[in-house]
Amino acid sequence: MSIDTETARKVAHLARIRVEEDELPALAGEFNAILGFIEQLQEVDVEGVEPMTSVTPQRLKRREDVVTDGDQQDKVLANAPDAREGFFAVPKVVE
Amino acid sequence: MSELSRLKISEARDALRKGEVTSVELTEACLAEIEGGGALNAFVHDTPDLALEQAKAADTRKNGGSLNGIPLGIKDLFCTKGVASQAASKILDGFRPEYESTVSQNLLDAGAVMLGKLNMDEFAMGSSNETSIYGDAVNPWKVDDRALTPGGSSGGSAAAVAADLCLGATGTDTGGSIRQPAAFTGITGIKPTYGRCSRWGIVAFASSLDQAGPMTKDVRDAAIMLQAMCGHDPKDSTSADLPVPDFEAMLTGDIKGKTIGIPREYHMEGMPDEIEALWAEGRRMLQDAGARLVDISLPHTKYALPTYYVIAPAEASSNLARYDGVRFGHRAKLGQGDGITEMYEKTRAEGFGQEVKRRVMVGTYVLSAGFYDAYYNRARKVRALIKRDFEEAFAQGVDAILTPATPSAAFGLGEMAEADPVAMYLNDVFTVTVNLAGLPGISVPAGLNSRGLPLGLQLIGRPWEEGDLLNTAYALEQAAGFVAKPGRWW
Repeated sequence: MSIDTETARKVAHLARIRVEEDELPALAGEFNAILGFIEQLQEVDVEGVEPMTSVTPQRLKRREDVVTDGDQQDKVLANAPDAREGFFAVPKVVE
Repeated sequence: MSELSRLKISEARDALRKGEVTSVELTEACLAEIEGGGALNAFVHDTPDLALEQAKAADTRKNGGSLNGIPLGIKDLFCTKGVASQAASKILDGFRPEYESTVSQNLLDAGAVMLGKLNMDEFAMGSSNETSIYGDAVNPWKVDDRALTPGGSSGGSAAAVAADLCLGATGTDTGGSIRQPAAFTGITGIKPTYGRCSRWGIVAFASSLDQAGPMTKDVRDAAIMLQAMCGHDPKDSTSADLPVPDFEAMLTGDIKGKTIGIPREYHMEGMPDEIEALWAEGRRMLQDAGARLVDISLPHTKYALPTYYVIAPAEASSNLARYDGVRFGHRAKLGQGDGITEMYEKTRAEGFGQEVKRRVMVGTYVLSAGFYDAYYNRARKVRALIKRDFEEAFAQGVDAILTPATPSAAFGLGEMAEADPVAMYLNDVFTVTVNLAGLPGISVPAGLNSRGLPLGLQLIGRPWEEGDLLNTAYALEQAAGFVAKPGRWW
């Protein structure tokens, strides 16, 4: 499986990371090195093996479905790059 | 004053209890060492005022906790209330959490003093502390004019403990990030069983692999500090609701009749002779202490690194999606007409370093439609096989497994710059299996190489049996008698 610059461009966009056009070939090359390394997994016999979902056999705890936290609007917004009138502010999303 | 910062946690604790020293004296000694240790670039956010306030409180406290008055360093990955916590990334520039991570809160509750935040690889992605926004942390060990890496990702923690800037430090370990730097700097580091330490408030890298643990000057200190760090936390759904035994009380040094497994697959092709020799020496030491050695096979070992480099980036790509320039940290300056997608793309391009971008994108790729089964699901299946290998060894009566901690001693900063990313990943070849299987693993300094650099041995234990593992490590430590310290050049 070889990754071309077009795939690299698509992956960068899916990851929402801007990559300049002239950097795409080098990025594709790095992907190929890493994916080449990962390719070894194809030789393992995994017939009948369940994919791991939890490394320790544990059941998630249950609790009452009640509010346990909240009412901290100031704290939630304290680190925002742009907060206005009690909200996170972002560029216009809906036309 | 500097003698005080050289104390082990156990020694300082005993001296504090006898009234021979105060926490303020210990803390001032460490702060002076930190001040003089700038060349190591270990501490990146100093909190001297907070530390002295906590030390004064500790000195007046009656019946303080197990770490009352002990000055520690905290890895920058832990969220600490009101104190910069940015995972060594530009994207968390200026972030001051409104909350305290459970592990660092547990330490504070035990009476510990926080000296400041420690350098690390960005988002804990790296094995040399060279991906940090703060610049490289430097190993206090030095044998020629080269500056050496303290390892990574917990490189600042390792350098700070090895150079006696603090009495102990927290680390985190996703693929070897406690054990490899501990080995490179001649200190002790334990990654407990997955679920022992709460992950709440620790900046997430790969949630199914991340665990916090202590980095200390000896095994006893690791037992004391781990005890304080772990325990059940309802805020982390994967935190284990199991009793925490008294780890220090389990350090008898008696390992007679214990069975130690020696995995044949860890004899790697091209492994340096000095690593083979150290491993043989470790086997001899455990045998002399009364343990029985058995050869075991962990047949899927060679697939551990490729499995890790699917699972860890996949989880990272999901976890790091939260850095979007909206809720915290850096937001890129936007141009005329830029919308929200440009905001995300520019913010993440500016905020993440090269290695982080690479892993996020690899993770995005292996999770994308058409490749999910071929890469991600296959890796999760191989991970199940890697865990099964260990279970079969333990079912045969093996109590612990002895391996080298790293495939080499510390290398020079910048030496891997031109190498392919995979070459750096090979640093974790002996440690990463342990994260994939969720097991406890400890690195113990066991000797110096021919050039005078420290080397570590790793012991891997049964799940939840950190107490037994620490005791085996204690026996190994006593046999190895490692007391060397780096000569001061900084």
